[in-house]
Order: sequence, then C-alpha cells, then structure tokens
Amino acid sequence: MENREILLNHYISSPYKKEIYDQTYTKIETKSDSCIDHLHIFLKKENNKLVDAYFNGEACSIATSSCSILLKNCINKNMEEIKEYIENFERMINDEPYDEEKLQEAIVFKDIVKQGNRVSCAYLPYKGLKKWMNE
Amino acid sequence: MNREDFPMLKEDLIYLDNGATTLKPQCVIDKMTEYYEKYSANAHRGDYDISFKVDQEYEKARELVRKFINAKYKEEVVFTSGATESLNMIASGFFKKYLEPGDEILITQSEHASNVLPWFRLANELQVVVKYIPLDDHHYVTLDNVKKTVTPNTKVIALASITNVIGDERPIKEICEFAHQNNIFVVMDGAQSVPHRKTDVQDLDVDFLAFSGHKMCGPTGIGILYGKKELLEEMEPQNLGGGMNESFDNPREIYLKDLPTRLEAGTPNIAGAIGLGRAVSYLETIGMDKIEAYEKKLRKYAMDKLISIPHLDIINIEADGGIIAFNVNDVFSQDVAYYLNKYKVCVRAGNHCAKILNQETGVSNTLRVSLYFYNTESDIDSLVELLSNKEKIVEEML
Repeated sequence: MENREILLNHYISSPYKKEIYDQTYTKIETKSDSCIDHLHIFLKKENNKLVDAYFNGEACSIATSSCSILLKNCINKNMEEIKEYIENFERMINDEPYDEEKLQEAIVFKDIVKQGNRVSCAYLPYKGLKKWMNE
Repeated sequence: MNREDFPMLKEDLIYLDNGATTLKPQCVIDKMTEYYEKYSANAHRGDYDISFKVDQEYEKARELVRKFINAKYKEEVVFTSGATESLNMIASGFFKKYLEPGDEILITQSEHASNVLPWFRLANELQVVVKYIPLDDHHYVTLDNVKKTVTPNTKVIALASITNVIGDERPIKEICEFAHQNNIFVVMDGAQSVPHRKTDVQDLDVDFLAFSGHKMCGPTGIGILYGKKELLEEMEPQNLGGGMNESFDNPREIYLKDLPTRLEAGTPNIAGAIGLGRAVSYLETIGMDKIEAYEKKLRKYAMDKLISIPHLDIINIEADGGIIAFNVNDVFSQDVAYYLNKYKVCVRAGNHCAKILNQETGVSNTLRVSLYFYNTESDIDSLVELLSNKEKIVEEML
C-alpha cells in the first residue's frame, strides 16, 4: 500500500477512533501548543500490558492518522515494549539512527516529519502516551 | 496598494493572516534600526545627547499616537506591550479597585481571550458577574441587545470594536452614549479596528481603548493603553520599579511620577515605541479612510468569488472588517491551511483565541482570511483557485 493510502485509511476510517467515553479506561488529553490539534486517548492496562485503546478529539489528518497507527502498534505490548517503540519513533524524528522495521506503518511519517511544524502533529499522540506512562 | 514598501512582499508570498499580525514596511524597520545604530541609550536619562534624543523620539512617538486616535492629552497615551497587557491593566489596575461584589461586566461570546480572561479573573477575585450581550442572527451586537442586558448592577461594557473571527463592527459610539447615561464605563478592544479605520476616541467617547502595534505595520511587543485622564489617574500601576517612581523611603512613603510615566515601569520598549510612531505616520500618509475603503472593496471582491464555491461553508458572509471565516466541507481547517501553505498562501486555522464563540456559532474551528491594504485582487484570485478544487485539497493535504 502506498504511504498516502495508509495515512488516508487511518485518517478517514480508523478502527481506533471512537466517539465514546468509557470510564473504565484512563483518559489522556494531548494538545498542541502551536496549533489546534487536540486528542483524547483512552487506554486500558492490565498486568503491565496495554490491552486496549482508542481515541477521539479534533485534529488534522497527520495527528489523527499518527494516533491511529500508534495505538494499532502498541496494543498488546507491555510497557517496556511501548517505551522502546516510542523511543524508536523519536529517533526517527530527531534524525538519529532508528529501526525502520519496528516502526511498522509509522514509517509513513518519515518524510512528513521533515515538513516544518507537521512534526508536532505526528508526534502529538506520542506525547500523550508518554504522559500516561509517566503518571 | 503600497506593496513596494514591504520587503516581505518581494518574496513569492500571499499573506492573508493580517488579523494575527501585519507585515512591516521598510520605513518602520529603518526607524528601529536607526535607534539601535545611532542613539541606543536608555530613556529618562537626559544627561547626554543620545539619551536626550531617545526621550525626544519616544515622546514624539507618543504624540503621533495621540494625534492618530485623537486623544485630548498626551498623558492619556500609555505604551504597553500590546492590547493584551492594556486590557489586563484596565481590568486589574482600574476595575479591580472600582467594582464591588454583585457588579456586572458585559462582554460577548465573540470576544478575543484578552477581553475575556481578565474579566473572568475579576469575577473570581471580586465576586462580580460576567454577562454576555446576546448577538443577533448574524452574530452582531445591537444597541437594543445592549439595552436589554444592562441592569442597575452593570458597571462596565467591554467590547471589541471589530471582532477577530466574525469581523463585525460594533456601534461603539451609540453604546458609549447609552452607557454613560447609565453611569457605565466602556472599554474598547481596538486590536482589529484601529489598524483598519479612523479612530477618534473623543468622538466615540470611550473610557478606555487597547490596541497593538504589530497589527498595524508596527513592531511586536508594543501597544497602547488609552484612558481618559481622570480615569488613568485612578489606575493602580501593575508594575512598580524604575522610571515610574518619584521617591521612596519606606513602604508607607512611596511617591509616584505623573501620567503616563507612572504606568510605564522599567526600561520601556524604546525601539518598539519609536517604530510604532513611524508606523502611525506611515498609515496616516496612506490615509485611514482610503485603507478602510480599499479593504471593503477587496473583501467584496473576495466574497463574490468565494460564495460561488459550493464546498465552502462561509461563517460571515456579511462583515465590516476584512475578515472571512470559513471551512471546506468535511476537511479539517488545519489540513486546508497546510495545503494552502504549500502554495505560499498564509491563512490561519483554529478558533483564533475566541474560545467561547463556538457556543454562539456552533463551529469551533475555521479558516480565517484577514486582509490588509497591501493585499490584491491577484492574491484573492490565487486563493480562490486553490480552494475551488476540493479533490486537489484532499489529495494534497497529506
């Protein structure tokens, strides 16, 4: 699948975007300082593992698709694996050596993160997940 | 008009975010550079020539601003960091002393955050009440609605003269007349109007006015607080320190300088003030009436074209200021802004700091095109062409 198609699928019909508020999940808000992206991420942890997650909110195509891909790649991972996954993504946006394979679909952001402030859109859900892990 | 005066316009750029800030003409840049290169001493230190020159230029800038808004006295013109600081000074420096529990402050839901939050703070601190004047179907403020909302407890009406998302102009003069008959003060947020049309504080009879330099071809970090002299005399300085005190011996013996220096503690933004003075003369040379007429004509030109694009949802078909707020159906405003950016068209996406306006319009985020006199029909044609093909927008937003 082409990068654009992957992005569009996650933006337009993400299975992780749900307009519900399940109180059994932990809700994390992540909001951009420089634009209007505002995501709510809902996470369920059992035995040190992210067993389920979904999101909603108002955000651009990049922040939305990035959140969808992030959740897809992190569900069923334990906290250490998620931490490693996030650090790998951060290495990509910081132009440091990273593992392409481990990013899976998130590799579609490889070029987008070089487009000025769109990097903050792509990174926004990661900020939210990190906040949750540090709480 | 006057595009050749702006270095930024020599680049291939279509700048349509003038509600956020405006471009700077060469003469303003030169005036500020001249201060930094030729006489960059501090103010209020007339012991040597270059400092005396600073005071002369700084006070000349104040006089230029005074004439520009037709204030009666120079002492009524206070340099601040911008409209935000001015509005905070008005709320916390004057009204905090004046208001009593149960008093009412009237604003609207289309005010900018800077004309909402300082009043919310007073509501929390003083148990005063912030009430909203209802807007009509076109999101306009009418004198009738003001009259209906006023009660014997109303002490202040604080309104933008032109709002930053809808671009509607409020009948400030009529509101002042009615308010003063009822012993109510009027605060005018002029951030979106002072750069775009003639402002005469004596004719309007406003009690306070706030505006920013950077939205009118001036530098950032400088703005104006205007207040009627007798009211500014009562204003509590929010900052105490150098430059504003006459003498002090102990906490009970502090003597402050006269207006306006009393309200300008610390080393002022000298280059900013001088730059703003130059910007004001520059605008006067073009003519504020000419600027207003040009922008109205250009907005009409834009609206006539935009309205025929079926996938646009225009929030303010009618407006007095050069502001157009709209959305491309089913596309998030920020994605459209990014798409336009690829073609060097600068527009803003978001709520534009009017965060309670969505309660009124039902729309939380929009694209905003805001015009100034250096924009052209060709700028509009490029915008219209880019917006007219929705498939292209969706195709290229990623």
